Amino acid sequence: MNQRSRLNLLVVQILMVSLLVALFGRLFYLQIAAGPKYRDAALSIQSRDVVAPATRGLIVDSSGVPLALNKVGLAITIDRIAIDKQPDKGVAVMKSLSSLLKLKYADIYQNTRLCGELPKGQKAGCWTGSRYQPIPITKEADPDVALQIVERSDQFPGVNAEPIAIRNYPGLAGVNGAHVLGYVGPLTDSDLAKENGKKYFRSETIGKSGLEVMYDSYLRGVPGIRTLIVDRKEAITAQGQNTAPIAGDHLVTSLDVRLQSAVETALADAVKRGRASGYTSDSGAAVVMDIRNGQILAIASYPTYDPNAFEKGLTVQQASDLFSEKKSVPALSRALQGLYAPASTFKSVSVIAAASAGYNLNASYNCPAQIQVGTRAFQNFESKSQGVMSLKKAIAVSCDTIWYRIAFDEWLRDGGLKPKSNPNDYFFKAAQSFNITQKVGIDLPSESTSRLADRAYKKSWFAQNKDFYCNYKDRASKAQQTPFLLLLAQENCVDGDKIRAGDAVNFAIGQGDTVVTPLKLAQMYAAIGNGGTIWQMMVGKAIVKTDGTVVKTMVPKKLGSLSASAATLDFLHGALREVVVSGTGAGVFAGFPIEVSGKTGTAEVFGKNLNGSLKDNTSWFASYAPSKHPRYAVVMMVSQGGFGASTSGVGVRKIYESLFGVKGNKVVPGAAIFPDGKPPTKLPKISPATKPKVAP
Amino acid sequence: MSQINARQRLYRRSRSSIFHGFDPVLTGAVALLLIIGTLLVYAATRDWYSRNGLDPQYYLKRHIINIAIGMFLAYGTTVIDYRLLRAYTPIFWGVGVLGLIVVLIPGLGSKVNGARAWIALPGGFQIQPAELAKIAIIIGMSMLLSERLHNSDEPSSRDVLQALVVAGIPVLLIIIQPDMGTVFIISASVVTIIAVSGAPSRWVAGLLIIAVLGAVVATKTGVISQYQLNRLQTFVDPTADTQGAGYQLRQARITVGSGGLIGTGLFNGPQTNGRFVPEQQTDFIFTVAGEELGFLGSGLILFLYLLVLMRGFAIARRTDDPFGRLMTIGVIAWFAFQLFENIGMTLGLMPMTGVPLPFISYGGSSMFATLIGFGLIQNVHARSRG
Repeated sequence: MNQRSRLNLLVVQILMVSLLVALFGRLFYLQIAAGPKYRDAALSIQSRDVVAPATRGLIVDSSGVPLALNKVGLAITIDRIAIDKQPDKGVAVMKSLSSLLKLKYADIYQNTRLCGELPKGQKAGCWTGSRYQPIPITKEADPDVALQIVERSDQFPGVNAEPIAIRNYPGLAGVNGAHVLGYVGPLTDSDLAKENGKKYFRSETIGKSGLEVMYDSYLRGVPGIRTLIVDRKEAITAQGQNTAPIAGDHLVTSLDVRLQSAVETALADAVKRGRASGYTSDSGAAVVMDIRNGQILAIASYPTYDPNAFEKGLTVQQASDLFSEKKSVPALSRALQGLYAPASTFKSVSVIAAASAGYNLNASYNCPAQIQVGTRAFQNFESKSQGVMSLKKAIAVSCDTIWYRIAFDEWLRDGGLKPKSNPNDYFFKAAQSFNITQKVGIDLPSESTSRLADRAYKKSWFAQNKDFYCNYKDRASKAQQTPFLLLLAQENCVDGDKIRAGDAVNFAIGQGDTVVTPLKLAQMYAAIGNGGTIWQMMVGKAIVKTDGTVVKTMVPKKLGSLSASAATLDFLHGALREVVVSGTGAGVFAGFPIEVSGKTGTAEVFGKNLNGSLKDNTSWFASYAPSKHPRYAVVMMVSQGGFGASTSGVGVRKIYESLFGVKGNKVVPGAAIFPDGKPPTKLPKISPATKPKVAP
Repeated sequence: MSQINARQRLYRRSRSSIFHGFDPVLTGAVALLLIIGTLLVYAATRDWYSRNGLDPQYYLKRHIINIAIGMFLAYGTTVIDYRLLRAYTPIFWGVGVLGLIVVLIPGLGSKVNGARAWIALPGGFQIQPAELAKIAIIIGMSMLLSERLHNSDEPSSRDVLQALVVAGIPVLLIIIQPDMGTVFIISASVVTIIAVSGAPSRWVAGLLIIAVLGAVVATKTGVISQYQLNRLQTFVDPTADTQGAGYQLRQARITVGSGGLIGTGLFNGPQTNGRFVPEQQTDFIFTVAGEELGFLGSGLILFLYLLVLMRGFAIARRTDDPFGRLMTIGVIAWFAFQLFENIGMTLGLMPMTGVPLPFISYGGSSMFATLIGFGLIQNVHARSRG
């Protein structure tokens, strides 16, 4: 070997050792340094989790009657892996299944496609779960049909019939409760992506709305997980971990099925009554609340829908109807999402304002047909002059002009359009002490915030709209360019941030930009009735485990208290009682054996309906009872329902009839929903078999 | 005198044993690699074949038969004095080139993974002439570069040119297939043999430059097929192709990485049993070692290869015969570049090509060729002293 050979041999040897060292280093990186990362990647390639959902907890009323429970349905399911292996990918099987079940083939085909398999925009009806679980075609099959499928399994390969747990709202005592209970459904991708620290599994069912979504983490329980190891062809090769599901906890609510049912009926009747009197009466809401702790005893919204429709599977028509304007958007829960001008029910606030401004509540005031406010004349309701009267009487007969006078005078005293740096703002302050701009805090999703048209609101409104009104000619549409609207726009541009005289007087009678939810008004009247405490509203009372252990009790929470003095509240109690004795509510409550206090409200609404007709007045009745030792606050609202008394007032009386067990003008012993005069405080025994009590 | 006698006695005695001349470390390492390979081939195929209603030992049995034939060939290669091989070298080379021509004839050669590299034989067997060509090239070049017709210690340029023709013809035929993995391995081995032969340095430098230029030109002008190009591109950017070569390479890396330090245990790898990596009993067999035997097991395989290479170098240094030395170096270079290409591809260091892992992958031609190569080294070792 020459020198060069020897050297080159060494170089070659070093090169080859280096190659091996490189491999060794790379191997170390892949298996040791990045090992955990690759182990996770491998796990997601090989393992499939099959989720056995937990039994969902029940939702019961305060005496244990189930509002939501689980029913055993008979599901006809399709195994995607099995039918995909068939030469025609299961077309023949699905076709014969469609004729047996009397369903459309296209629906069955769509229902068995994974959402990820379908192009965008054509996903309606797709299966949101996984390929590895049986896909239900129907959850409530006829047992005879199911039997045929099981017996003729050779003709239906990949199809199975099996019992399945379905959520059911039994509607005991005729209750609907769709808005408050909500519904359940499959997880969406955004649910899965939600970073709320909760781990969901693809095939789990979760609460979508109402109490079902608010208490979902308790109701849902923990699903059982079976991990399967699969190969490249998705065949199962081994089984990994296997955990049993843990049943969800039960939710005890303060609702009562009989009262809830009565309230729903009274509301629907009120809407019918409004329509019979020629009003549009498109929607409404009603609520019954325990004024000593804020618990909701009944809550209803009209129009409503079948709470079981979602589990049965919505048709396209049903789904679009839920949000249709023509059908008055049944999906909307008016009690907590609707905002309406409170009208004369707001005069209770004005009484407190007048008292704090130093007006003598026991003096007499003139109630003329109209009051001149600056350049404009503000009319009394129906433009009637009612002469000189006490303030109590003014509340009872709902005189407006007295409040225009007081509000206008106070507005002038605060500086008018050039407000003082430290205005008294008696009216705004009285309203603010009711916490109007804070939510009632109810344990239901998507509550709207009520709006108070005070100075702060005006300023923020102006900041947002100044640009529009100051450039009105360019920004507004042709139809909006009427001389009146142009003038209004000019005014808004100049002093839109100020409380004008008109704003001040409208505020005093609950018109203008102030709008409240029916729940907020109930909370306000409860505070008046209970001596000044503003309670958070709650539907849930407690969370109870399947073995009866109490997991959590919802403690009533005070959100604030009224600024009014005891004397002012006393006066107000008397005035609100007078409404029902001799005022606008007297006719409705004539002969009623239980003393009720309340206030009617008939709010003007601007704008037009879809058919071009002008919008009718909002009908309100806000109340509490019994007047001497108030326990319940009841509020009803019918949108475009006409007069407060005749539409909502009658409805509220019907609710009290059920509540107190009144037939005609007599209390039937033992017929009251709460025989002790108060809702139950003890938690009930929970059983899906509990039946509502039947009144004698 | 007595010393020579003693050595002759030893020689004679050991000559009588069939294990005569076997380097114990080299033989032990190769034997271990064969055993590990057998287990890995079984692990790669057992579950999938039984689950799909086939004989789970189908590949195991064939692999053992291949090893038996390979060992017989290795033994035969060892006992015949390698110097006698010179006489048969032209025949060997001619058969190899003929085989490479035959595979290119449609109907005779069969195409697997884009390369026309196989001749199908009755009984489901296939042979890969390129494997035989490797041996023919190594022996042929070693012969030409070690025989001196002139009075010099180093091969002349004429010798080098002759050697390049001997290597060039089969390499061109393999380029046509195209099997770029094998072309790379042979080219690297050829340069190594020339470098160690003591030929002028300009040849080594020139060949390296030509290799680089050739690769560039081939890629640009389309001598390399689109299929080859795709594989190269996915090497540069693994996300470029999610289902083809990129998918395979990613699956291979995940499978190796998931093994961790000690692996899942033989036959227990879910990636392997799920057959997520394609070709896992042949080209991607190292993934089975990675997943089921972990860093310790696959590290052991690398260590055994290191022993094989080190023993090869020791044998090459010890022999006085230039032909034996060059042949040993050629075989060692072939093993080294082939295992680097194969494992490097599995680990994502090298582009994807279809070359088997020496001594381990399933496949008759490759097994026979590598065991003959092993036999050649043993042969040189056995005859390097006395």
